[in-house]
Amino acid sequence: MKYVNEYRDAELVKGVIEEIRRTVTRPWVLMEICGGQTHAIVRHGIDQLLPPEIELVHGPGCPVCVTPLELIDKALTIAAQPNVIFCSYGDMLRVPGSGRDLFSIKAQGGDVRVVYSPLDAVKLAQQNPDKQVVFFAIGFETTAPPNVMSVLQAKRLGLTNFSILVSHVRVPPAIKAILSSPQNRVQGFLLAGHVSAVMGYWEYPPLMEEFKIPMVVTGFEPLDIVQGILKTVQLLETGKVEVANAYSRAVNFDGNLPAQKTINQVFEEVDRKWRGIGMIPMSGWGLRPEFDAFNAEKRFDVGAIHTQESPLCIAGQILQGLKKPHDCPAFGKECTTENPLGATMVSSEGACAAYYRYGRVDMHQQVEQS
Amino acid sequence: MSEETVNIEGAVCAPPLPHGEQIVMGHGAGGRMSHQLIQKAFVSAFQNPALQAGDDAAMLQPMPGMQLSISTDAHVVMPLFFPGGDIGKLAVCGTVNDVAMLGAKPLYLTAGFILEEGLPMSTLQQVIASMQAAAEEAGVQIVAGDTKVVQKGKADGLYITTAGVGLIPNGTNISGTQAKPGDVIILSGSIGDHGIAVLGARGELGFESTIQSDVAPLNHLIEAMMNTSRNIHVLRDPTRGGLATTLNEIATQSNVGIMLDEKTIPVHPDVASACEMLGFDALYVANEGKLVAFVSHEDADVVLKAMHSTRYGEDAVIIGEVTTTPKGRVLLKTSFGSTRVVDMLAGEMLPRIC
Repeated sequence: MKYVNEYRDAELVKGVIEEIRRTVTRPWVLMEICGGQTHAIVRHGIDQLLPPEIELVHGPGCPVCVTPLELIDKALTIAAQPNVIFCSYGDMLRVPGSGRDLFSIKAQGGDVRVVYSPLDAVKLAQQNPDKQVVFFAIGFETTAPPNVMSVLQAKRLGLTNFSILVSHVRVPPAIKAILSSPQNRVQGFLLAGHVSAVMGYWEYPPLMEEFKIPMVVTGFEPLDIVQGILKTVQLLETGKVEVANAYSRAVNFDGNLPAQKTINQVFEEVDRKWRGIGMIPMSGWGLRPEFDAFNAEKRFDVGAIHTQESPLCIAGQILQGLKKPHDCPAFGKECTTENPLGATMVSSEGACAAYYRYGRVDMHQQVEQS
Repeated sequence: MSEETVNIEGAVCAPPLPHGEQIVMGHGAGGRMSHQLIQKAFVSAFQNPALQAGDDAAMLQPMPGMQLSISTDAHVVMPLFFPGGDIGKLAVCGTVNDVAMLGAKPLYLTAGFILEEGLPMSTLQQVIASMQAAAEEAGVQIVAGDTKVVQKGKADGLYITTAGVGLIPNGTNISGTQAKPGDVIILSGSIGDHGIAVLGARGELGFESTIQSDVAPLNHLIEAMMNTSRNIHVLRDPTRGGLATTLNEIATQSNVGIMLDEKTIPVHPDVASACEMLGFDALYVANEGKLVAFVSHEDADVVLKAMHSTRYGEDAVIIGEVTTTPKGRVLLKTSFGSTRVVDMLAGEMLPRIC
C-alpha cells in the first residue's frame, strides 16, 4: 500500500522511539484524543515500545463511544417503526441502548442497513419514495462534511423522505472540559489528525494559552504517532508551550475552509451530552432550524425519551483519562466485547475494546504477578 | 407411458406447462416435474452409479478397518456468483475441505438444494456444472441429493447443503486437540481473498477490485503433505471468522499458546488496501481455499516443500509456532517488535466509522 507502508516502516519507527528515549528525563502524561489513534497504538503495540516515563491515556475521541444512551434509544425507536429504512455506520449497530441494539431491531424485522456514506442513504431515499430513510449522523468534525452534504443533497433533490438523527461532537470543547477538571492529569495532547484536516488547528492556540499545555497535531500511522509523541515530549522537556503540527502532509493551520463553510451553513453549535461524561456546553453540532425538515428528532416523536446511563460502567472516567480500562471491576467479567456494558467496549475504536482485544494477556499477567 | 401418447378416456385436464425456463413450486412437489428436474439437471451432471440407481439412499462400500470422516455444511451466499467462484463450487469445496481436515481422503458428497420459486433454470444449471467441475477436481462423487422449492421471496435464489464422507488412513490422528508446544504453524497462502471478493461482488466496496475468491478443494494438497510427514498434528481451513478465529479455536482445543509473526502473514496488496479503507482486519476476513497446518518442528521444511509443489500450496509460509503459555491465547509479534493479543471475532465483522 503506497503512502501507507512508508509510515509503518519498523526501522524508522524504532529510530524515532530511540529519539524519544534520549529526550525524555521524567514522567509525562499524554492524551491521544482520537479513537483511531488509540486503535493504532494498541494494534501496533506502540505503548509497549515507549520508555516507561511516558504514559498514554486514551481520550474521548471515539464517536461511537460518546454517543449518549438517550440518543441510541431514540435511534432504536425510530428504526423499529414500520416504513423506515434506518441507515448507520457499521460499528453503531452493536452499541447497546436500554436493553437492545440495532441488530435486535433488525432481527425483529426493522429495516436497518449499514452504509459507508450518508450519500448512500440519500440514494436509498430516492429509490424508496414510499419509505422514510433516516441516517444516524454521528461523529466528530471528520464526518461532518459528508453528513451536512447529505442534507444539502436531499434538499437539492427535493426529498421529503430523508432525515438525519444528529449526534455530532467537537474536539475543542472536550479538551477544554478535560483540562478544566480538578482531577486532570494530562500534560500534553496529541490532537486528532483527521479532525484537523477538516478544521485546521486555529481553535487550539486559545486553549493552549489558557491552560499552558502543549498540543501536537498527530496522524494515525505508527510513524505519525511516534513523531507526534516525540514532538510533544520535546516541547514538554524544554518547557515550551505551543501548538505544533506533526501531520503536515494532511493538515494546515486553516483547514478545509469550503468544508467549514458548508458545515456552518447546516449545523450550529449546541449543548451535547457525552456518554459517560455528561453535558458539555456547546460541545456538539445540531441542525439549524431552517433544516428542521431533515431533522429526525423533529420528524419522529422521540422527544419524550430520556434515559439514564448504566451505573456499573466507568466509561466516563476512562474517556477522561482518569482510569484505565482494567481499573474497572466489570472489565473482562460482566463487560466483554461479546456482551458490552458500555460503549467503550463496543466500538473497535473504544479504549476498553482495544484493551480487551489486544491487551488482555499483558493485563492478565500483571494481575497474576500482583 | 410416453407423454406423446394420446389416450383420451373422457375429459382430462391440460398437462402442466413444463416450466423449463425457471423454477416453479411444482419442481419441489415430488411429482413428475420434480422427477424431471432431478433427471435432467442433477443426475445427468453428477453421473455415477450410486446416484443413477435412483434409490432413496446411496449404497457405498467402505474399506474395512478404516475410520470415516463425516461433515456437513450449509451454504448461503449473496451474490450466487462472485469473482473466482459461485455457490456451487463453494458447496463442494467447503465440505471436501472440512472432511479432509482430519487427514481423510474425501470420497462422496450429498447435496440438498433449497430453490426459490422463479430461479432461472439456466442459473441452476450453471451452479450444477460448477459443482460437478469442483467435484471432479477434488475426485469426489455426489451420490445423493434432495430438492425443495420455497415461495418467491423466501430464499436468496438457492441454498445448498452438502454432506461429505471420507476415509481416514490408519494411524492418522489429526485434530484441533493435537497442537503441541514447539509445533511450527504453516499457512498455505494469502488471507482474506474470499471475504473481500464477495464484498466486492455485492458492490459494497465502493471501488473496483480485481480480487478473486480463493475457493478451492484442498484435499490433494493435504494428500501431498501427508505423503511426506507422519507428524502433522492439526489441519484446519480458516473460513468464516478468518485466521484469527481459527487459531483461537485451536489454542483453546489444545490448551496451548500460539505466537504469530505479523510480517510473515501474506495478505494480497488489494485485500490489504480494501481492509484499510473499510476498517477491517484481514486476520478476521473469510478464506475458502486456505489451510493452516501445525507440524512438528523437524518435519516443517519437508511439509513446506511438498506444499510448494502443489497448485494450492505454492505460496505456503511459516507464520508462527506453538508455545506452552499463555494457554488458549493467540499472540502476534508486530513488525515493530511489540506483542499483542489476537482475539476471536466477537460477532459480525463491522466496518469502523473513520
